[in-house]
Amino acid sequence: MNRFIAFLRKEFFHIFRDPRTLVILFGIPIAQLLLFGYVLTNEVRNVKIGIVDNSKDYLSIKLSERILSSGYFLLAATPATESEYEGLFRSSKVKEIIVFEPDFARNLIKEGKAGIQVIADASEPNAAQLIVNYTTAIANDFVRDEFVKEQKLPGIAIKVRMLFNENMRDAYNFIPGLIAVILMLISAMMTAITITREKESGTMEILLASPLKPIQIILGKVVPYMILSIVNALVVLILGYFVFEVPIVGSLSLLLAEILLFIFLALSLGILISTFVNNQVTALALSGFVLMLPSILLSGFIFPVKNMPIALQIIANLMPPRWFIEINRTVMLKGGGLAEIWPHTLILIGMSLLFIVISIRKFKIRLQ
Amino acid sequence: MIEVNEIHKHYGDVIALEKVSLSVNKGELFGLIGPDGAGKTSLMRILMSLLLPEGGAASMSGYDVVKDYKQVRLITGYMPGRFSLYPDLTVEENLKFFATVFGTTIQQNYHLIKDIYQQIEPFKDRRAGKLSGGMKQKLALSCALIHKPEILILDEPTTGVDAVSRKEFWEMLKRLKEMGITILVSTPYMDEASKCDRIALIQKGQLMSVETPQAMIKSFPEDLWAVRTRKIYDTSKYLELLPALISVNSFGQVLHLVTKKGVHTSKSIGQFLSQKGELDYSIEPSTATIEDLFILLMNHHKQN
Repeated sequence: MNRFIAFLRKEFFHIFRDPRTLVILFGIPIAQLLLFGYVLTNEVRNVKIGIVDNSKDYLSIKLSERILSSGYFLLAATPATESEYEGLFRSSKVKEIIVFEPDFARNLIKEGKAGIQVIADASEPNAAQLIVNYTTAIANDFVRDEFVKEQKLPGIAIKVRMLFNENMRDAYNFIPGLIAVILMLISAMMTAITITREKESGTMEILLASPLKPIQIILGKVVPYMILSIVNALVVLILGYFVFEVPIVGSLSLLLAEILLFIFLALSLGILISTFVNNQVTALALSGFVLMLPSILLSGFIFPVKNMPIALQIIANLMPPRWFIEINRTVMLKGGGLAEIWPHTLILIGMSLLFIVISIRKFKIRLQ
Repeated sequence: MIEVNEIHKHYGDVIALEKVSLSVNKGELFGLIGPDGAGKTSLMRILMSLLLPEGGAASMSGYDVVKDYKQVRLITGYMPGRFSLYPDLTVEENLKFFATVFGTTIQQNYHLIKDIYQQIEPFKDRRAGKLSGGMKQKLALSCALIHKPEILILDEPTTGVDAVSRKEFWEMLKRLKEMGITILVSTPYMDEASKCDRIALIQKGQLMSVETPQAMIKSFPEDLWAVRTRKIYDTSKYLELLPALISVNSFGQVLHLVTKKGVHTSKSIGQFLSQKGELDYSIEPSTATIEDLFILLMNHHKQN
């Protein structure tokens, strides 16, 4: 046990004394988080919209003006019939169409309730959700300002329809995906690199010639990254929760358990890579191209797996992040439990076992 | 203590070791002398159980290097040819790490490394990567010794180290030997051979000779002359035409001339040179060095 602790100490020295490692470990995750968080989703400005006013009373006109003067939206179309909507969306002439119901003002005053339908182009889910949120917020403010003297505020019922992706629930789909990408990066890539570094520097020769068992060497290399990965996952969750207000609807402990499972999987994958390659550059290239790109592109992080061609879907299904991201979305955003995600969990467990068994069989107690 | 029996190893078409047999006694300082690529490192790695031999067997202190590799690793200290400590750990952290890995502490075996470690102790908080070559070797030796091994295997420990540090290093090895540690050390420097109890000359995976350095020098079967001259190149060209010549090699400013036993005298060689018009020279009989022997054996092997 002493041996193992000494090994861990050594490993932490390596990590904390190498600025490059520290940047990869802590800089990149936070940079990615902010990048995905702000750059990719927060661009709501001069969004082209269409307005269909079936009421044309003073309140509907006033609200329309308010929406258009907010700076977020530009009026691009006033379609006369519903059949025009899809064409406008398809040609990207508008990103959103707001439809006022007839007798908007009368309903709002007399009944205390009036309806607006908001149709958004959900082919860019994050953007669509944001646009809808802004519209909703403006409408709510409007009611509050307009009926400031009333005892009981009337309400505007906003019926949202996401076009092209009807049941889009996960506007915040980047956080669940990002956790997968970051964990892949840190756990798998860093593990592969740190083990190959020992091979490259010749210290593996000494470690092998020592009484350390292979399992001690591997665990000693892996445990520090496991700890750091957990810290990173928590940082992303916390930042997501407080900065981007991504909810965690489902069970937190289930989510953490699944994250732990995925970390274990990524680490086994890193070990597996390190048993194949002998230098850091190859390890980096292999992790980069074989792990990072597929886990960003084929995992459903950015492009939905369902929309891929069959051949790519098959490949995507072999990518661990594809399952993990789905687990994350289900638990975090939809509040699902083990009942929904047990097949995914089983797949991840199976993959981990496969990787670890191959690694142990391939790990050499000798130089060749 | 170390028994090597007909060990065979090759990498692809290249033969690294060809039926190598040797035995090192307990408490002996044994030198493996040969140029780069002679097979020294391969032999040491096989003994350290880091490589598998393709044929033959070897044992360390009775433990088979293939079957009992775990015990072999416990009782031996190993210093690979390349500096293989952690450059980002300090001197003390490196030593402490290796002590713990072998289940011991610095204090417990401090007496073993005291002589060596004291010299680098003032720099114990310095990162190992920032040490000079000589200090790195001292640290590596300390790390290899910290678990009180019965056998030390040192792969070219003095390569790339300055002359003073090399001398110190051999003195340290001598003291370790006196403590009863069996040492197998390899070196490409022939002049270090005389510091060993016994040496093995190795070339292209074959052992050419195993003897004490003194016996090896005595065994030199031919006549050897030291020829001093101003024009080394010209003189050596003339000497190549000498009858009964075996070889002529330059050793710095001196030419070592090897001729068949009992054929020549200083005088007869002098006459030969004078005939060629060479006047400014001196010739005297000389005792062979290990290098002379190595060259002789090497040429001999080539012819066979």
